[in-house]
Amino acid sequence: MIECNNLTKIYGSDDTKTYALKDVSFRIEKGEFVSIIGPSGSGKSTLMHILGALDNPTSGKYFLDGKEVSALNDNELSDLRRNKIGFVFQSFNLLPRATVLRNVMLPLIYCGLSQAEKEKKARAVLLYAGMEESKLQNLSNQLSGGQMQRVAIARALINNPAIILADEPTGNLDTKTSQLVMEAFRELNQKGHTIILITHEMDVANYANRIIHVRDGMIVRDEKNNH
Amino acid sequence: MFLDLLRETIWSLMGNKVRSGLTILGIVIGIASVITMVSIGQGAQKSISDNIESIGSNLIIVRPGAQRSGGISSGSGSGESLTLEDANIIKGQLQEVKAVAPEISKRYQITTKGNNTNTQVIGTVEDYLTARNIKMESGSFFSDQQIKSSAKVAVIGPTTRDDLFGIDVDPTGQFIRLKNMEFQIIGMTQTKGGSGFSNPDDAVYIPITSAQHYLSGDDFVSMISVAVTEPSYMTSVQEEINTLLLRQHNISDSTQADFSLMNQNDIISTATSITTTLTMLLASIAGISLLVGGIGIMNMMLTTVTERTREIGLRKAVGVRKIYINLQFLAEAVVLTFFGGAVGIFLGWLASLAVAKFANMTTEVSLSSIFLAFGVSAGVGIIFGFYPARKAAAMSPIDALRYE
Repeated sequence: MIECNNLTKIYGSDDTKTYALKDVSFRIEKGEFVSIIGPSGSGKSTLMHILGALDNPTSGKYFLDGKEVSALNDNELSDLRRNKIGFVFQSFNLLPRATVLRNVMLPLIYCGLSQAEKEKKARAVLLYAGMEESKLQNLSNQLSGGQMQRVAIARALINNPAIILADEPTGNLDTKTSQLVMEAFRELNQKGHTIILITHEMDVANYANRIIHVRDGMIVRDEKNNH
Repeated sequence: MFLDLLRETIWSLMGNKVRSGLTILGIVIGIASVITMVSIGQGAQKSISDNIESIGSNLIIVRPGAQRSGGISSGSGSGESLTLEDANIIKGQLQEVKAVAPEISKRYQITTKGNNTNTQVIGTVEDYLTARNIKMESGSFFSDQQIKSSAKVAVIGPTTRDDLFGIDVDPTGQFIRLKNMEFQIIGMTQTKGGSGFSNPDDAVYIPITSAQHYLSGDDFVSMISVAVTEPSYMTSVQEEINTLLLRQHNISDSTQADFSLMNQNDIISTATSITTTLTMLLASIAGISLLVGGIGIMNMMLTTVTERTREIGLRKAVGVRKIYINLQFLAEAVVLTFFGGAVGIFLGWLASLAVAKFANMTTEVSLSSIFLAFGVSAGVGIIFGFYPARKAAAMSPIDALRYE
C-alpha cells in the first residue's frame, strides 16, 4: 500500500545542508492505524508532507498503491491528493465564510459532478463523520473546535481516499474534545480506513495500532501498540 | 466545469461583500470621474468649435489693414482700404470661391412705433447668406436689384424681432426707423444661436449700397467674407486673394499690405488648442482620481492576499489543479472590474448628463475616455487580483497553508 525506500530530504545548499530525513524506509499496509511520533524538528512533518504528496524527497522512492509518487508532476500530484489522500490539519483549514456543506464539497469542484450529486455525497459523508444534520447549513466559523474537526474529517473522506493523513489533529483542541476526535479516528479505522497520524503527544499516538518513533530524521523505533 | 468556476467565483465574491464592495467602489469612482471630466472638456471643445463653424464654413476673412500715417499704426481693421470693387474682383477672378460677402457693420439705435433697441446693422449682399450659413425664416433676403437701387429694405434677426415687435410676430412688411429713415422689413432670418461677439440673431441686414449711401457716406467696407468651395483650397485661395488685392491696391511689398487675411481654420485650430488644454487639465484631474481608485483596488486585492494564500494552499492540498485556481482568481478579478466598470460607465454618463442639464454646459461622453478609464482600472484590478493569486498557486501547498 505505502512503501518508502531510503527517503532522504535535504534543506539548504552545500554549506547549510540540513538533513530533515535520512534514509527512511518503511511499509504501511491497508487498514493500518499508524502514529508517527517525534519531537519538533525530528522530521515527522517532512515525512508527512512527502506521504501526502505535498512535497518530494531529495532522494529515495515513495510508492502509493504501487505508483511512484516521487516521479509525478504538479498536476498528477494534485490529482493524487484529490483521489487518494484525505488531509486533516491541526488548524482545521476550513473556509470561514462557507457553509459546512460547501467546505466538504471543496475537493469535488471541477470534477464534473452536478451540484445535487455533490451535496448528496457531502451530506452522506458528514453524517458518517458524526456531524448533526441540523448544522450542515451553518457557516463553518460558527462551529466549535470539535465540530470543525469533524467537518475537516468529512472533507478528508469525501473522495473515499486510500489514506487519511492527520497532522496534529488535536493540537488546537481541549482534552475532552481531543478524545472525541481520536475516538472518531479509531472508528474510521475500524470501518477499514487507513489512517496515518502525526503527533508529538504520546496520549494521542496511543490510539493507533502501530507507533513509529522519529528523531533527527531517522526512525528510531517502530512498534506494535496493543493499547 | 465552467459552472463550477462560475459558482466558486460568485460564492467567493458574495462571501466577502465588504471586500468586493470596496473594490467595486474604487473602480466605479475612478471610471465615473474620468468619464465625467473628459465629457465636460470635450463638450467645451465641441461647443467652441461649433460656435466658430456656425459663422460659416471654409471662410477667409479680409479686413482692412492698419491705417498708417507717418509710421504710426492705429491697428489692424481700422483702415479704410477695402471697397466693393475688391469684393467684386475676388468674386470675378477666383473659381474656387463660393460666395463673397462684403459688409459694413456698425451699431445703431433702431426704433419702431413704441419700441427701440440698439443693434448691429450690417450692410451686405445676398452672398452673405451663403458665406455665413444663414437661412431665412420668413420673407426673403434683398435681391441684386434692391442692392443696385440702394433700396430701403431690411432683413432682421429673430432676437431683434423679439425686441422690437414681440415674440412670434411676423415682422414682414413692418417699418423700422434707422437714423431717421424708414426701412421696410422684407424678411427674417432663422434662429442660429449666439456665437460670441457677433450674434447673427440680433442684427439688421440692409443692402450694402444703402448702408454706404445713407449710413456711412463713403465707399469703404469693413470686412469681406470669402467662402471657399472646398477646405483643401483654403490656403491657395488665401494666397490668390493676397496677390489679387496687392495688385489691385498697387502695393509691391507684401509687408506693406493695407489689408489682412484671416483663415477660419486658423481660428479653429487656435481655439481647439485652448480647449484641448482644458480637456487635458480635466483629464489629469480625473486621472488622479483614477490613480487613487486604482490604488484602492490594489490595496483591497493585496491586503486579502494572506487570507487568500491560505485558501489557495487548502485548495491545492485537497487536490485542485493549479490552472483552476488561477482561473478562479482571474474570474473573480474580471467579474469585479467589469461589474465596477459597467456601473462606473453608467454613473459617469449619468453625471455628465446631469452636468449638461443643471450646469447648462455642453458635455460629450467620448468612447476613448470610456476605454481609457475602463482599461486602466480593469488592468489594475486584474493584475493585482490575479498576480498574487498566481504566485500563491505556484507555491507548495504547505508553504501556502502556513503563509503569514
